[in-house]
Amino acid sequence: MTSPTTQLFDGELNVVNVGLAMFDDDISAQGAKVTTLDWTPPGGGDPEVIAALDLLARPDIAARIEAANAEAIERITSAKPMLVGFGRAIDVVPGMTPTTIIHAGPPITWERMSGPMKGAVLGAIVFEGLAADLAEAEKVAASGAITFSPCHEHDCVGSMAGVTSASMYMHILHNETHGNYAYTNLSEQMAKILRMGANDQSVIDRLVWMRDVLGPMLKEAMEIGGPIDLRLLLAQALHMGDEAHNRNIAGTLLLLQALAPSLLQTGFTTEQKKEVFDFIASSDYFSGPTWLAMAKAALDAAHGIEGSTIVTTMARNGVEFGIRVSGLPGNHWLTGPAQKVIGPMFAGYKPEDSGLDIGDSAISETYGFGGFAMAAAPAIVALVGGTVEEAVAYTRDMGEITTAQNPNITIPSLGFQGLPTGIDVRKVLDTGILPVINTAIAHKEPGIGMIGAGITYPPAEVFEKAALALAEKLA
Amino acid sequence: MNVTAVVKKNTYFDSVSLMSISTKANQFEGVDQAFVAMATEMNKGVLKNLDLLTPEVEGAGNGDLMIVIVTADGVDADTVIAGVEELLVRKAPAGGEAKIVHRTIASAAQADPTANLAVIAVNGAYAAREARKALENDLHVLMFSDNVALADEIALKTLAHDKGLLMMGPDCGTAIINNVGLCFANAVRPGSIGIVAASGTGSQEVSVRVHALGGGVSQLIGTGGRDLSAEVGGVMMIDGIRALAADPRTEAILLVSKPPAPEVERKVLAEIATAGKPVVVYFIGGSEQAVTEAGGHFAASSQDAAVQAVRLTSDPESAVPGLDADRVEAVRAQLNAEQRHVRGLFCGGTLCDESMYALLDAGEEVWSNIQKDPAHVLHAADASRGHTFLDFGDDEFTNGRPHPMIDPSPRLERLVREAQDPTVGVIVMDFVLGFGAHEDPVGVTLPAIAEAKSIAAATGRHLEIVGYVLGTDLDKPSLAEQVAALESAGVTVTRSSTETGQYARAIVREGTRA
Repeated sequence: MTSPTTQLFDGELNVVNVGLAMFDDDISAQGAKVTTLDWTPPGGGDPEVIAALDLLARPDIAARIEAANAEAIERITSAKPMLVGFGRAIDVVPGMTPTTIIHAGPPITWERMSGPMKGAVLGAIVFEGLAADLAEAEKVAASGAITFSPCHEHDCVGSMAGVTSASMYMHILHNETHGNYAYTNLSEQMAKILRMGANDQSVIDRLVWMRDVLGPMLKEAMEIGGPIDLRLLLAQALHMGDEAHNRNIAGTLLLLQALAPSLLQTGFTTEQKKEVFDFIASSDYFSGPTWLAMAKAALDAAHGIEGSTIVTTMARNGVEFGIRVSGLPGNHWLTGPAQKVIGPMFAGYKPEDSGLDIGDSAISETYGFGGFAMAAAPAIVALVGGTVEEAVAYTRDMGEITTAQNPNITIPSLGFQGLPTGIDVRKVLDTGILPVINTAIAHKEPGIGMIGAGITYPPAEVFEKAALALAEKLA
Repeated sequence: MNVTAVVKKNTYFDSVSLMSISTKANQFEGVDQAFVAMATEMNKGVLKNLDLLTPEVEGAGNGDLMIVIVTADGVDADTVIAGVEELLVRKAPAGGEAKIVHRTIASAAQADPTANLAVIAVNGAYAAREARKALENDLHVLMFSDNVALADEIALKTLAHDKGLLMMGPDCGTAIINNVGLCFANAVRPGSIGIVAASGTGSQEVSVRVHALGGGVSQLIGTGGRDLSAEVGGVMMIDGIRALAADPRTEAILLVSKPPAPEVERKVLAEIATAGKPVVVYFIGGSEQAVTEAGGHFAASSQDAAVQAVRLTSDPESAVPGLDADRVEAVRAQLNAEQRHVRGLFCGGTLCDESMYALLDAGEEVWSNIQKDPAHVLHAADASRGHTFLDFGDDEFTNGRPHPMIDPSPRLERLVREAQDPTVGVIVMDFVLGFGAHEDPVGVTLPAIAEAKSIAAATGRHLEIVGYVLGTDLDKPSLAEQVAALESAGVTVTRSSTETGQYARAIVREGTRA
């Protein structure tokens, strides 16, 4: 057997250059191969975080983590979330009460809520008949009579403000592989909607129609047609050019294709059926929430594995960004400030009108689609101001901070590479690459709604806190 | 407020692109508001709310594109519209895949299994961690970074040794692997002399001298300056000797170091007997007897080391001319009696050391920031006294600023100051060429040389400025160019680090004066 030095002297020199770019020029000018890293100090250079990373790299601990992460990946990729029905939150969501309002992101009090979330909460209170108007709703919200709680702590996800109240209709998903359930409410479609913080009469009227017509019709259709395999639909949607977070045109058509025959067989009037079809036609976003619940059902199955450094939740309430990590079981939130979302805006709005990053929809990226699957959706690269090559680069970068590729959901343009899956806290801190999130922008004031879309990132400190907590737990 | 609306019939853009275009159009000079969208009922509704719905726009349909701009007075709306249309036709740059950028050593190593060596030049606080990652990924390491803890160096070298990998450094400025110069290295001919060096400029010097004598270098393995300390124990010099002993291209091995710890020196010399190849040893200030007893070839200077190595390989007759005695006499004749001090202003630590030793060996008192004798240590801020040799690459000078091979200014200021001292007869400077070095070290120094010369001339003194250029004819700029520039500035150019010290000593030494 030849020694490593013999191999070095006998082969071509191929250098990995870390730190000084000028050495790259010198080495390549001499005809040797050189790869210069885009290097940043690990853990943002914080010695405490580096010490935690070093501890997690200790061979005995690293071996435990590898095994736990393999288990987490197995659970995420083997989960089979089936859409099994629709029902009112009060009837299906664990822990729901008539005066409970669940919301996006980590826990937050009424006083600290962002503008869009406050707007959505007020609208929901009026919608539930807990107040006669928005002014009274404000008093009710502040009175302590309402129980506020994160969607994620009720097996739910909620896009944008995520505000969900007792009589709203929910998707019901069953993960056939692991037995757990996940829920999310229905898409409200257009820009001036509750989940974006709008709450005028048109918003309430739409919620009433969704409660009285859309929800019940979907419920009846599912009873007629039976379960729908959402992982399969998502895989198809990605092949058709969606990334299933900001672009949902293919996914919506696929979901409608699955639902339409049953919708037609329900006992509702033709006029009501046309209303439902018109509603679905009014926006590509109809299936948006569906994929979020799909991701939630899979990731919950991977939560709470002793020793795992895989992120199972990324969620934002408009004030704070929170993550949960598999190896820190239960509702152990690691939080930092919500960030700005950078991207194009509707005419008439400026960046200073933007609310901060909000919504449970980053569950998309936690699972591996959305921003992580940008390479699958070249049509939306303008959203990130860039080229198709840059979209591919986003997906490649996400491969640097994830553990595996999901064999069940693939990206044709990358040679059918699977979705980058299983964000590893350690890799985020080692590389300085933050997960990229595709998302919408809500106006910072209550009552206005969506004003744009773009990309954002978590604050690095949530991963730093996670590393410290994991190190303490695994030491 | 001026509203201009243009409808482009049967023109489709997706909403995301249009949002992006609207955002850019809103940033145009003189535009109060720009609205670029498909003429859907919803979008027309928004325009109506904004009171911008012209009849033409109202008549547009789902498949039509509308551009509506609100401009300030005096702004040419046509120009703005043309600008928006330019955004609409702008094509993404064509072309291949974006270059893959790696952020971690593990990622780069896994992406390319032929990667075999990592050069690490990050802040010392992070360097050990990166080196460990490289070794764990089976890469040899050249660690340029300094300020790495001794305990980390020992742990890394132990790991490397166990894996059979080279762990060069920390604080290793030079290596030549497979004829590729890394970090600070000179372009030298490939050949059969393998070098293991615990000194940066020292190893550059011997490689350049070997080249100048017509020899060539198989590998140059830098070990870092602390390798031969008692704590580290010469792990990498010993592994380096073994690697070269096993390398069929290497016919002779040349070891270079500042004085090693005695017990480490014994360990390293014990390795010579089993190498199976001739080994030339140049440990500055080392013992001839110890080397000879161990079966090695003792070298008294870097020049001597190179000559012996070349004699053992390519050219048995290799030799270098001695000092030009007439030249020495002529210069001495020009100096007045008071001018008996040498001031050495160096970039290269080993070059400084070797020149300084030339005077120390002759029994002279020498003050220096790198003096081993505490009684003769001179700090960066201190004024020079007697014979003073300064290594501007030492920590005291580089603290918070780049190495003098990159930033020459402290050395230039010092040169002018030394010229004002009437006791100074000789100022010695080195100029280091090669990869990583300043692009024109002589050129950047010439104005200060001229100033120094004129200061001395103004008081009727001859000031002998001696320059040594460490470099080869293959370096850029070339040795010949730099030498010519120095000579035309009235500088005496020496031919090796060894000769530099000998020359300075010959000119000023009291005992040799006639």
